[in-house]
Amino acid sequence: MKNRIVVVAAAAIFAVAAATLAAPAAEKLKVGFVYLGPVGDFGWTYQHEVGRQGLVKALGDKIDTTYLENVNEGPDSERSIEQLARTGHKLIFTTSFGYMDPTIKVASRFPKVDFEHATGFKRATNVSTYSGRFYEGRYIQGMIAAKMSKTGVLGYIVSFPIPEVISGINATMLGAQTVNPNIKVKIIWVSTWFDPGKEADAAKALADQGADVLMQHTDSPAAMQIAAQRGLLAFGQDSDMIKFGPKTQLTAIVDNWAPYYVQRTKDVLDGTWKSTDTWGGLTSTLVVMAPYTNMPDDVKKMAMDTEAAIKAGTLHPFKCPIVDQDGNTVPCKGDGHLDDGQILSMNFYVKGVDDKIPGK
Amino acid sequence: MLNALGQILGLIFSVNFILTVITASTPLLLAASGELVAERSGVLNLGVEGMMIMGAACGFAGAYLSESTIIGAICGILAGAAMAAIFAFLTLGLAVNQVATGLALTILGTGLSGLIGAGFVGQRIVPAAQLHLPGLTELPVVGRILFGQDAFVYLSFALIVGIWLFLYRTRSGLVLRAVGDNHASAHALGYPVLKIRLLAVLFGGGCAGLAGAFLPLAYTPFFIPGMTAGRGWIALALVVFASWRPGRLVAGAYLFGAVTFLQLSVQGLGLGIPPQLMSSLPYLATIVVLVLISRTRGTAGSAAPASLGVVFVPDR
Repeated sequence: MKNRIVVVAAAAIFAVAAATLAAPAAEKLKVGFVYLGPVGDFGWTYQHEVGRQGLVKALGDKIDTTYLENVNEGPDSERSIEQLARTGHKLIFTTSFGYMDPTIKVASRFPKVDFEHATGFKRATNVSTYSGRFYEGRYIQGMIAAKMSKTGVLGYIVSFPIPEVISGINATMLGAQTVNPNIKVKIIWVSTWFDPGKEADAAKALADQGADVLMQHTDSPAAMQIAAQRGLLAFGQDSDMIKFGPKTQLTAIVDNWAPYYVQRTKDVLDGTWKSTDTWGGLTSTLVVMAPYTNMPDDVKKMAMDTEAAIKAGTLHPFKCPIVDQDGNTVPCKGDGHLDDGQILSMNFYVKGVDDKIPGK
Repeated sequence: MLNALGQILGLIFSVNFILTVITASTPLLLAASGELVAERSGVLNLGVEGMMIMGAACGFAGAYLSESTIIGAICGILAGAAMAAIFAFLTLGLAVNQVATGLALTILGTGLSGLIGAGFVGQRIVPAAQLHLPGLTELPVVGRILFGQDAFVYLSFALIVGIWLFLYRTRSGLVLRAVGDNHASAHALGYPVLKIRLLAVLFGGGCAGLAGAFLPLAYTPFFIPGMTAGRGWIALALVVFASWRPGRLVAGAYLFGAVTFLQLSVQGLGLGIPPQLMSSLPYLATIVVLVLISRTRGTAGSAAPASLGVVFVPDR
């Protein structure tokens, strides 16, 4: 009898202890982030980190967040994503294109965890995708660049020939051609997202070859600094880089992830999360333009008018007809413009780009 | 074809091309010089990347707080040497495996530099001043190349000449090479093997730290975690490429810097040469040179230290 009481008491104590231990974990939702670069890169990863901080600010009392930085694309990332899933994270944001297959793989092993993959195109019942329509900002930048360039030559530093990068180059050119049909663009592939030294070298090479407005699809502010040193103009990438070129930056495409992160996390908390594909641009403020600076008022007005037209839906950067590099007209699958599928899988240059897509 | 060749040659022999190559090659040369001395004493320190990034973080912090490039450079050197001291304590003092310790040092350096540099991300400093000699710097073509560089560039050349003189023209240099080639014999002759190796490792760390400091102080004047982007590993490869000889190290560092920048510049010309082919050139060149070296005998061959990477525990 006495023994039985002891056993019951012990079991009760154990149960209470287990409940108290488990309780906080059950109450707070754990949200994980996987980053490509260091959080201080002042570009792509930095903006995702700003988004995470915005999420903590909005829902900090209901969630715990974890992030892993400097996670290489490829096998390394699969391990990192799985680690987050194993340690009780119920919502995981994987923030680079190269995490696509690893995310899908891990998601199939953890059906109760929801995944959000940035800039990819593969989805599953527990994997959503999200991205920004950065090409809208690129179109505006192209127009500004063509107005501001004295040599008629733009310099473009790029990382890898993925559709997002290609569509960025094309949108820039299409915008620039509306101002100056003979505009030229020099393109340098540095084969890395982040190597300040190499990005600076590429900027120097472009400047040496007569480019006087620089833009980039890489992550560090090195090119902006070189442009500042040489007295040229440049655009910031992913985040507002005005600090690195107060007299150099014309504007910047700023990725504004926080509202999306807050919304998706709320959905998980409410139990209404569903696999979706979100592709927001200037209208949904997922993409924001940094203040237009270092340009005359008429150029500024042109930029603002264009931005307003894109927001209103009266202007589409890829409006038909689109003619490719070899002079062939691209089939028009959307309503008067290329459809999202065509933009998301773009692997051709528009007319006027004097370069070859690597590996094509 | 001829026209394309002409354009490429025109590019290579332009002043701006040479100036950029010098900037790109200097951190490689600085880091590799130090590693060469350490390896000549028989110690393989794979932690160059970690020591470099610590040099970058501490160098920038020092320069930002003191507003002086020189103090920044000194902080970088000290940070690199401090990392090397940890390595020396483990591999020389406790006879831990050098390869594993070196790799751990890189991981430690990457993490620690992020922590130290966190508060300095986004801050700006005045880049290192460049030499200006009235009359000389304005000379056409050679003026800016010979008389318009920053102190790091001149230092890198002074360093490599000093290392050559030390290794081949002094008795201490001879002893250091003896320690690297056969530590048992050197020990039997009464030379303090561990002490010599300690000094060589610290020197290597200081050079790596200086190379790292060059990045945020002169190359791209801001600090970002991970900004060395693999340059420490290239420096390690250059030591092998140079077959442990200082003269070849200069050639190797500049060849690598030149081919890397050439491949970026040629793309801008729009000649239609695949960038993938161009970006593999530095590595193809490395393989060709290594094959040539391995086939050559005598003085032209490799000077690989025989005791490289072998742990030494002195018998009492």
